[in-house]
Amino acid sequence: MDILTSFILIPVLTVLALLFCKELKNIRVIAAVGMTIQLLQAIRLVFIYLAERASGNDSEMILKKSYQWFESINIQYAVGVDGISVLMILLTGIIIFTGIFTSWKMEYLTKEFFISLIVLATGVFGFFISLDLFTLFLFYELAVLPMYLLIGIWGTGKKEYAAMKLTLMLMGGSALLLVGLLGIYFNSAPDGGQLTFNILEIAKVTIPIEAQRFFFPLTFIGFGVLGALFPFHTWSPDGHASAPTAVSMLHAGVLMKLGGYGAFRVAMYLMPEAANEMAWIFIILTSTSVIYGALGAIVQTDLKYINAYSSVSHCGLVLFAVLMMNQTAFDGAILQMLSHGLMTALFFALIGMIYERTGTRDIKKMGGLMKVMPFLAVAYVIAGFASLGLPGLSGFVAEMTIFVGAFQNEDTFHRIVTIIAVSSIVVTAVYILRVVGKILLGPMIDEKHSLISDAVWHEKIPIFVLLFTIIAMGIAPLWMSDIIWESLGPIVDKLVMLTN
Amino acid sequence: MDFNQFIIMKHELLLTITVMVLLVAELTINDKKRIIPIAISLFGLHTALGFFWNESGALFGGMYQTSELIILMKNILNIGVFIVLLQSANWLRKPENFNKISEYFILLFSTLIGMNFMISSGEFLMFYLGLELATIPMAALVAYNTFNQKSAEAGVKLILSAAFSSGIMLFGISLFYGQFGSTYFQELGMISMDTPLAILALIFFLSGLSFKISLVPFHLWTADVYEGAPVNITSYLSVISKGAAVFILTILLFTIFKTMVEVWTNIIYIIAILTMTIGNLFAIRQQNIKRFLAFSSIAQAGFILLGIIGTSSLGMATVIYFMLIYIFSNLGAFGVVSVISDYSGKENIDDYNGLYHSNPKLSLVMMLSLFSLAGIPPIAGFFGKFFLFTAAAEQGYYWLVLIAVINATISLYYYLIVVKAMFINKNDTPIAKIKSDNYARFALVICVVGIFIIGFFGSLFEYINHLSFGI
Repeated sequence: MDILTSFILIPVLTVLALLFCKELKNIRVIAAVGMTIQLLQAIRLVFIYLAERASGNDSEMILKKSYQWFESINIQYAVGVDGISVLMILLTGIIIFTGIFTSWKMEYLTKEFFISLIVLATGVFGFFISLDLFTLFLFYELAVLPMYLLIGIWGTGKKEYAAMKLTLMLMGGSALLLVGLLGIYFNSAPDGGQLTFNILEIAKVTIPIEAQRFFFPLTFIGFGVLGALFPFHTWSPDGHASAPTAVSMLHAGVLMKLGGYGAFRVAMYLMPEAANEMAWIFIILTSTSVIYGALGAIVQTDLKYINAYSSVSHCGLVLFAVLMMNQTAFDGAILQMLSHGLMTALFFALIGMIYERTGTRDIKKMGGLMKVMPFLAVAYVIAGFASLGLPGLSGFVAEMTIFVGAFQNEDTFHRIVTIIAVSSIVVTAVYILRVVGKILLGPMIDEKHSLISDAVWHEKIPIFVLLFTIIAMGIAPLWMSDIIWESLGPIVDKLVMLTN
Repeated sequence: MDFNQFIIMKHELLLTITVMVLLVAELTINDKKRIIPIAISLFGLHTALGFFWNESGALFGGMYQTSELIILMKNILNIGVFIVLLQSANWLRKPENFNKISEYFILLFSTLIGMNFMISSGEFLMFYLGLELATIPMAALVAYNTFNQKSAEAGVKLILSAAFSSGIMLFGISLFYGQFGSTYFQELGMISMDTPLAILALIFFLSGLSFKISLVPFHLWTADVYEGAPVNITSYLSVISKGAAVFILTILLFTIFKTMVEVWTNIIYIIAILTMTIGNLFAIRQQNIKRFLAFSSIAQAGFILLGIIGTSSLGMATVIYFMLIYIFSNLGAFGVVSVISDYSGKENIDDYNGLYHSNPKLSLVMMLSLFSLAGIPPIAGFFGKFFLFTAAAEQGYYWLVLIAVINATISLYYYLIVVKAMFINKNDTPIAKIKSDNYARFALVICVVGIFIIGFFGSLFEYINHLSFGI
């Protein structure tokens, strides 16, 4: 059996095992074991990938497999990975693994919770390995729908409203996407011949420019909704704030990356001419996301809302970078996806743990927590530093690359939007330091908080894993950056050559 | 008539024999409840035999015709009816239905014979005969709960609107005959019909058939009839009746009206948009779960039109494939509604609050069925919808597809409302734990298995596609 399909089979088998499992303890052990295997597979995949490349395999995608599914529409189950998707799979593996441990104490309908969570993860893994637009879309929708139950049943606050809003907005996005994908399919053989859903095949042809002008915006916005593109980002703050911890982690950490990845890999890669023509519209929208998200985070007082707005800002930066149309910026975009995924997962994990202890997420009602829970507090500070782009941590590497790439465009328009986007870093520093100063340092506001205990083992595992990866990415980014750089080759050939 | 001709009419003849056997059984068996297993197993045998010894051909000088495609359609309907029968077993055993058990089966089978003749018809008279045979016993079935005012009212509503629509349709047919001098499909298919009178006739004819499929603006009878009829009759109406009408509509549009394709694609285009949108908007506001499913099935009919407008063999294949999936999904939903209505008498969406905590399995089946209707992967409904959209996009109707997918998102909203009621809403007095009977359980298992596996077997779609034809 090929290793890529195992990324779907392992979660499916885990779900089946969970279905027939009765006791609470076994349920979480099974979930943890399944997702540990998944993480190990993801790490193995990185080594397989490196070994393949070292042995001189320089095709665009490696480990390709394809099976005929619906012959008359030429739908195939086609899988394959390049450096970018390998790293995204690794990210997903890490986050679902840590997500299971942060929900260790989940007691209400435990089985159903883990099943929904793992189904969601299956969708994400499937999305990243798909080469066929049909299966890609299938997994995309599979990843979105469990969110409704996860937020609606296990969420907090105005969860029903948030769950419905999130699901409908994301499904609305995927509705646009579906039309875009059908448009791509029916234009995939402009010279006659077999129509195809296969990304690699479609990349070889040029879709007629009239068709591109119609379908590019549909596809880009369709993915952009999930990537929190302004003005379609409004689901994100409510959704994240109401979701249970592990779901926020997975959603901000990986699911929002599906948007960026899809917009890049499908919309722009397959329709480069229209992407170049229309980039300016979306650059304006994404730079609005970046600055609006950051400013939004300043005025919020709920920890989760702060982080959700910050995610809008950071994911906006991903879309901003891919529209900058050069290899450095693309490289930065992928690094930002990875960095933001890890960092935001850590943030949400910590917020969940703080909320469990203090019973509030309002920053006005907390203070001086550093004294009572030093471990969690230090982790929070490091995550904050990563978020505001302190050198030595992952955020710096990503944002630096993006802005260097963005400045390579020499015209006034690009210069201005880049300066606007860069200014968001300052704003980020403001809201991060404000939270750190308010809740961790200073005098203790609520006396009851002096009884709080620090993290226990199943909380330390995810924190250690995420901290380690954030620091590792900050100290040694080059190997990752290299993997991404060489995989960007074919995409750059298609997109960038046009501008020159 | 030699033996071969019997084989060609196998579906209708077997059903007629079944009806006769039931008539005799009604006279000879004292314990009426024993008729239920007899009727169900006879029909199960009929369903199974439907797959074997298939012969294509025409009879009675072309009035009756059958082909592999038509046999497939009949088999799909048979499977649906079999599930409906299983679901109605427990309801029939109630004391108030005690004396009417065999009537139920006989009337139901008569309508099915009518539908089979309708699908197999080779000319307009036969078509009309089948249609009436399918409709009139239907009204008796809808009014089955004689002492329930709503049921009786629904029966009258159905028969009146059916008579009206038949009248309109007959007028259309007579205009065709008046102009072209033939009622045979084969002859009409060869005539180029683009006279203004033919267009008028087509509009009358389509209006009549639209009543049966309850397309907007001919849908007004649907909700009341669905609400008034017993649950199992409602599910029969919304799945089998509608399915048969969709099949014959597709066949007729693709054969005899193929010379008027520009005309009818325009009509269908508008009707599709109206049907999806209005069905959806009304479904949002419903409180009664049967009315809710009625409007949802109107919206689904709108989606089906996207396959018909595809006008290619892919289009026809997607319509049949979608109907097959729709049968399992909708009967899954109706099956749960029927079990709950049988055991607790409750039919409002509010009554479903907190159902998951008392009846987890029923809630799961309901959720899967609704997700299938909404088109959520990896359940079969996703494939059905995706292919319908593909068929419409193939002809370049991208705006129509866009409207349809937006409608699909709206429909997700109201399906999620029911899911929310079952899984999220709190309720102090939820419906008590139900121990359903084996028949109903078996039916639900068939539906769930169908919903799960149909999408994964590409070869099934290939088989349907291989039989289908385009314009």
